Amino acid sequence: MSVRVGKADHAPAFPGAAKRLMGNTQIRQNVRRATDTIRGKRAKVVAEMADWEELREAAHAIKEHTLRYLDFYLEQFESNCTRAGGQVHWARDADEANRTVIGLLRGRGQNEVIKVKTMTSDETQLNVALQEAGITAHETDLADMIVQLGEDEPSHIVVPALHRNRAEIRQIFLKKMKLKELGDRPEDLAAAARAYLREKFLRIKAGFSGANFAIAETGSICVVESEGNGRMCLTLPEILITMLGVEKVIPSFNDLEVFLQLLPRSATGERMNPYNSIWTGVAPGDGPREFHVVLLDNNRTGVLADPEARETLDCIRCGACLNACPVYRQTGGHAYGSIYSGPIGAILSPQLQSMEHSKSLPYASSLCGACYEVCPVKIDIPEILIHLRGKLVESGYPPLAERLAMKAAAVALADGDRLSAAQKLARLCQWPFEHEGQLRNLPGMLGGWTAFRDLAAIPKESFRDWWSARTGGKDA
Amino acid sequence: MSDAKPEILEKIRRAVDGRPADRGADYAAIPRSYRQSGDLDRAALLDLLEERLHGYGAGVYRTNRADLPAAIARAAAARGKSRLLIPDGAPREWLPESIEFVGAESAGVDALDQAEGALTGCAAAIAATGSIVLRHSAAEGRRALTLVPDYHLCIVFAEQVVETVPEALRLMHEAGAGLLTTIAGPSATADIEMTRIQGVHGPRTLDAILAE
Repeated sequence: MSVRVGKADHAPAFPGAAKRLMGNTQIRQNVRRATDTIRGKRAKVVAEMADWEELREAAHAIKEHTLRYLDFYLEQFESNCTRAGGQVHWARDADEANRTVIGLLRGRGQNEVIKVKTMTSDETQLNVALQEAGITAHETDLADMIVQLGEDEPSHIVVPALHRNRAEIRQIFLKKMKLKELGDRPEDLAAAARAYLREKFLRIKAGFSGANFAIAETGSICVVESEGNGRMCLTLPEILITMLGVEKVIPSFNDLEVFLQLLPRSATGERMNPYNSIWTGVAPGDGPREFHVVLLDNNRTGVLADPEARETLDCIRCGACLNACPVYRQTGGHAYGSIYSGPIGAILSPQLQSMEHSKSLPYASSLCGACYEVCPVKIDIPEILIHLRGKLVESGYPPLAERLAMKAAAVALADGDRLSAAQKLARLCQWPFEHEGQLRNLPGMLGGWTAFRDLAAIPKESFRDWWSARTGGKDA
Repeated sequence: MSDAKPEILEKIRRAVDGRPADRGADYAAIPRSYRQSGDLDRAALLDLLEERLHGYGAGVYRTNRADLPAAIARAAAARGKSRLLIPDGAPREWLPESIEFVGAESAGVDALDQAEGALTGCAAAIAATGSIVLRHSAAEGRRALTLVPDYHLCIVFAEQVVETVPEALRLMHEAGAGLLTTIAGPSATADIEMTRIQGVHGPRTLDAILAE
C-alpha cells in the first residue's frame, strides 16, 4: 500500500518554502485580504447563534461516536446505498481509488468528466491519473478552475485560488479560454466561467464529486456548494462517481441538522451556502442512471489507531482554522507542501503518510490555540501538534542541533549551580549581538530562531542573583 | 483488489478495540442541547424569511392565496417573462392566463437551457437561513428544472415556513425525501478576491412569492 497526499512526498520542508513565500508580497497581500474578509463574516454570523457552543459539542460527540463504530456505519451506508441503486467500491489507497474511477469511466467509453470541487481527489492526484489514462477532467468550481487552468496548486481548503487576484485570473482565462476580450471585474470573470462551462455541463455524460457527508441510516450523500456547478455535475450526467474518505460517514439523517448549521457559518461566513444537494442512490427519471461511490482509506485507519490523534478525522474541511492561523496568514497555503494546509494540514498530512513525509509541518505553528477556538467540531489541534512533535522526537526527527540544545537545557536546569554558571557564560557571550536589550542575528544553530524574530537579551542580574543578594545568601 | 473491504474493516476494528458494546446507548448519549425548534410567531417568521431572501438578492412578493395567480403574473412581468416551464404537478389554480406555461417533464436539457425560466412550488422554507427546500415532488419538478433555466420563480406557502434548520430537515426526513435541494438565494461565488458575485451556473435570478 502506498499512501499519497497530493505531491507532499517530494515537497520541500516548511521553513524553506515559507521563507520563499514570505518574500512574495503579492501573495501575502492576497492571502491577508481574503482571510480577513472571511474571518470578519464568520465572526458576525457565529455571534448571532446563541447555541453555537452546544452545536460544537454535539458535532464533536457525533463524530467521535461515528469513529468508534466506523465499521458498522460504513457497512450500513453501503447496504442502504446499494438498496437505492448505487454501487459501492472500497479503496485502500490513492492508486486503488484512481484505478477504480478510471475503470468505471473507460468501461463506459467516457473520455471526459466534469468534476465538482473535492479535496479528496486532489489527495489521490486523480486528475493526473485521468490524464495519463487519456481522460480529460474539467474542474467546474470557479476557484478550482483557476487553479487547474493556471497549472497551479490549491492554497486553501475552501477557496483554493485565494492567492490569485483578479488581474492574474483574467490573464489565465484569456489564455486558456482563448478569449479575445475580457474585463477584469469579478462579474466579468464569473460570466466567462459560466459561458465556458455551460457547454460542458450540457454535453459531458460523466460526473465526479466528493462528499461532505454520507448518511449511514439512509445511504444518502450530501454535497454543500455555492455556484450551482455541483448541482450540474450531480444532476445532468448519465453516470456519477462520488469519492469520499471513510471518515465522512455520519449515523443519521437528523445529524445533518448539526453540521449544516456549523459548516457554512465556519467556512464562508454565510448563514447558509446557496446550494445543498442530498441524493440517495439512483432516482428514476431524475439525474444520473448509474451511481458509484468510492470509499477511500488512504491510511485514515492508521490515524484512527492513534487514540490521541484520532479526532483529526472529525474535520469537516471548513477551513476556519486556516483563516484564523497567524502562521497560515503570513505564508499562505503553498508553504505547507500539501493540498491540506494550515493547522489542519499540519496534523492531517503527516499522519496520513505515517509521518514519513511532511515532518516539518507539526512545527509550522506557534501553538497559539486560535485554530481550536474556531473549529466547529472542536478538534484540539494544538494538543495533537504537540503529540505529533513527541512522536517525531522519538523517531529522531528534529535536527541534531535542536535536540542537543534541549538536552543541554535539561542538564543546566536540573541544577542551580550549573544554571548560574550557564547564565554567566551566556551573558559574557551575548554582548556582540545585543542591541537595546534584544539579540539579533545569532550565529550557528541559534540563527534559525533569530532569523525571523529578536530574542530578549539575558539581563545583567539574574533573578537568582537578585534573590540571593536580597536574602544575604540564605534560601527563603 | 476485491479484498479491500475486509482489509479496511479489519483495520478499523483493530483501531477501535475496547469500545463500549452498546452502540445505541453510545449514540443516545450524544449531547443535543442546541435549539431544535424556533419560537417566532407566523408573522415574524414570514418577515424574517423575506428579510433573509432580500439579503441574498432574491426578489420577494407577499400575497394571499386567492391572489396567487395575480402575484405570479406580476413577478413574471417584472422580469420580462412571458413563457415559463412548470412541473407537471403544478396545480392549475395557481396559474395566471397572461403567461404561457409549458409542462417540463419531457423537456431535454437544451430546452431547459433555452427556457425563459421555471415556476415551481417548494417543500419547506427556513426563515433563519433564508433557505427554500425542494424535495422534488410533483409540484417541484425534477432537479434540472430549477437548475438549468436562468430564472426560478418559487411559491412558498406560509404554513411551509419554519424557523430553524433542524425543524425543516426533520420534516423532510419524515416525508421520506430521497432527493433534497436547499436553495439560499441565486447561485453565487466569492472565489475572486472574496467579492460576492450573484449568479454563476445555477439560475442567476430567484424570485419567491410568499402566500398566506
